[in-house]
Amino acid sequence: MPDYKLKIRRHDPESGIPPYWKDYTVELDGHRSVLDGILQLRDRVDGSIGIRCSCQAAICGSCGVRINGQAKLACNTKLSEAAAEPVRVSQRAGIREPGEITVEPMGNMPVLKDLIVNMDAVHWKKVRRVVPWLLPAGEPPEREYVVPPETMIDVTQAMACIHCGACVSDCLSMEVDPLFIGPAALAKAYRFVGDPRDAQTEERLRDLAEDPHGIYDCTHCFNCVQVCPKGVAPMDQIMRLRRRATRDYEINDQNNGRRHEHAFTKIIQKKGILDERKLLQDSFGPFRPEGGIQLLRALPTGLRGFARGKITPRKALFHEGIEGLENVRRIYDHAENHAEEVNLYILGEEGDDAAQDEAPAIGESPEVTA
Amino acid sequence: MIGAGLAGQRAALSAAQAGASVGIISKVHPVRSHSNAAQGGINAALNPEDSWESRAFDTVKGSDYLGDQDAIEIMTREAPEELLHLEHMGVTFHRNEEGLLGTRAFGGASAARTYYVADITGQAILHVLYEQLMKHDEVYRYEEWFTTGLVLDESGHCAGAITRDIRDGSMELFKAQSVILATGGNGQCFKPTTNALICTGDGISMAYRIGAPLMDMEMIQYHPTTLAGNGLLITEGARGEGAHLYNALGERFMEKYAPNKMELASRDVVSRAEQTEINEGRGFPDGTVALDITVVPRKRIHEALREIVNVGRDFAGVDITREPIHIKPGNHYIMGGVKTDVNGQTEVPGLYAAGECACVSVHGGNRLGANSLLDTLVFGRRSGAHAAERAANMVLNPPSEVLLSEEERRLGSLVNRDRGTGRRVAELRNELGETLDRYCAVFRDAVGLNTALEIVTRLKEEYGSVAIDDRGTIFNQDLLGALELGYMLDCAETTLISAIHRTESRGAHFRTDFPERNDDEWLKHIDVTLDGDGKPHISYSPVTITQWQPEERKY
Repeated sequence: MPDYKLKIRRHDPESGIPPYWKDYTVELDGHRSVLDGILQLRDRVDGSIGIRCSCQAAICGSCGVRINGQAKLACNTKLSEAAAEPVRVSQRAGIREPGEITVEPMGNMPVLKDLIVNMDAVHWKKVRRVVPWLLPAGEPPEREYVVPPETMIDVTQAMACIHCGACVSDCLSMEVDPLFIGPAALAKAYRFVGDPRDAQTEERLRDLAEDPHGIYDCTHCFNCVQVCPKGVAPMDQIMRLRRRATRDYEINDQNNGRRHEHAFTKIIQKKGILDERKLLQDSFGPFRPEGGIQLLRALPTGLRGFARGKITPRKALFHEGIEGLENVRRIYDHAENHAEEVNLYILGEEGDDAAQDEAPAIGESPEVTA
Repeated sequence: MIGAGLAGQRAALSAAQAGASVGIISKVHPVRSHSNAAQGGINAALNPEDSWESRAFDTVKGSDYLGDQDAIEIMTREAPEELLHLEHMGVTFHRNEEGLLGTRAFGGASAARTYYVADITGQAILHVLYEQLMKHDEVYRYEEWFTTGLVLDESGHCAGAITRDIRDGSMELFKAQSVILATGGNGQCFKPTTNALICTGDGISMAYRIGAPLMDMEMIQYHPTTLAGNGLLITEGARGEGAHLYNALGERFMEKYAPNKMELASRDVVSRAEQTEINEGRGFPDGTVALDITVVPRKRIHEALREIVNVGRDFAGVDITREPIHIKPGNHYIMGGVKTDVNGQTEVPGLYAAGECACVSVHGGNRLGANSLLDTLVFGRRSGAHAAERAANMVLNPPSEVLLSEEERRLGSLVNRDRGTGRRVAELRNELGETLDRYCAVFRDAVGLNTALEIVTRLKEEYGSVAIDDRGTIFNQDLLGALELGYMLDCAETTLISAIHRTESRGAHFRTDFPERNDDEWLKHIDVTLDGDGKPHISYSPVTITQWQPEERKY
């Protein structure tokens, strides 16, 4: 059996010793998981290595860790694949040699011991923030609520979340703004917004749009989509929340999130590339009194843009867009004519040849009848 | 409440609703509980044209007539109400074209009456119950607290539990008028198993140690479709959706064993059929047969079997939408457990049990698919309500604090013990698991079972000198692993003794040396109680029969 080198981040808060990396070797087949490797070490070498784990089948969500710098479940990451991963530029220099597997606790959450983080302090607190229970109107019916079948399939993707914390760990927005409600909790929020039995749809959307750390705090970095082991695609759920907030309820939030998104889309459509000066201006809507004030407040941001060369006087005054603009427009046309929800439970994954044409269009405002 | 899976959370909510002050203690965060793994669904006769009697008969027949029919009646009659309650709380059950609750077919059932959420039914229900726990903040949650033992008051009533806060190692004596165990099964006694690492029989063992009888402990379910090697589960929903089983010769072998129900015969029947094919040389070289899901339309697989697409891809390297997957019978569930009445009461006053750790007995010799979720919910709710009523009508007789300091000393000596020549916890655990899977699986006989019991007896001795590496207080999982092994050894011993004792074949308990069912002698439960010398003592209790007399079982 081949040997694999595991480099594990150890930390025992009782010892007074700061966190450190420790090298281990495990002897296992390459198709076995990183968790199998850690458990072998715990069983044979050092019983004190701390990691939460239970089902070993990617359903309980206990063993979220960072492997080679990226959040994953240790139980569904194969040793051979982890060892073969190229060393990422973003990993701190000198930590990982090619062929090694680094395992460290998830990010954005305080470490309790070794690979165990405090999920309550961050993840569950954020989940509670979105009022995570169904709020139907009035008394329940005698029998079941009657709802369109596709709505239940639609929210199943959000229900598939196992609260492993991988998306929270690698969320870049949360790294900058720890108060950001975050990908997992917002996906949970969509589970209620998308559920026609819930009677607080507008209130939920208004709340999440007006919160400065709400749905407009996401920067589309796709990290959560990439690291989610269950295909929940939290960012997609956040975008659904935005669409519902704007298209169905026309919520003009105090954070200018809707205006910013609209300005962004229009600028790209027109120029094929971002015009930062115009983006700032259009996002705030300078012709509204409060917009002007907000624009003034954003002046330092604009000046920083100048200082770093993101905005140049030439670009600010004579922004001309890119060549091949007609192709950008074609993308827009295509997108506007194909407004279907991409849902794992309907379409399968990329590469699955599930009959895409059979996918039902998801009703944006499904009627509920009791 | 000890345990926060479906039974525990359901019991906590119903006790709180009845006005009790409730604390719920769980060694893992509630959403990590193994109820998550229940993929297929929940059985209920909800449609007007369906009847609870038909459901009850399926369950009685599935149990090989060892199930108590009064309890089965309660479970099947209360199922529709329980299902609707879940739906009203927010479970996103699959709908039919009319927007009503839709069903799928399941094993051993005479009609399609299994309600489901894709193939994450257990997870969906578990998460919705947790939503309700977050909403009902009056239920105190002790998440990541490990229970080390139950305590009795001077009159022999269960009056609380001793726990260790996993995060800081502090110990606490919880005092309560009623204690409900909902700690799940003990599949980790077997290797491989579909069960999670946390399924170590904690509650079964703790109840046994304070004198509660265990019942039907020999009845261990081997699920027909698990992956070879790691034992991961492929839901019965796959066969419910139409998947077929083939041997290595390409024969759809269930024709021989269950010509009417084919792949949807009850689990004991299908597992025995597979094992017979494998034993007689018609399996694949890796000791498996094939499950062909490709006959299910791809769109349906994506919508209804998403999770096992993942399991196939991630853990077997197989795309189940394109090719058959190799499977074999694997340890899955214990029908037995702490003996209770229909309100969850054990024979120790004040102590209740619900869910997999309990034996009411609704599953008898073999549990039907999609009956475990139902069991947890119906009897979880009933236990919670009854325990609340008991608590309201009595004054707490607090257990002695001395018990806490004694327990602290016991754990302290384990943590600080020198290894000396003692074996590692993992070695003992692996030997235990391999022993039970070898001798106490689909086919059993006296020689094998006695061999296994000798090994387990030796392992119990060796357990006395087991030592651990971790001397810390924060997340000392090493210590917890050692305590769990102690629980597992109790479960293994009582299972083997019961299996040796039952000299007939019934349900999941098939004795090659006694291949027939013997109603004259064995239409009764085997109870095991810890006697004064610390040895297991066997007694019997009758099977309750209401309207279905035992008859030959054919599918």
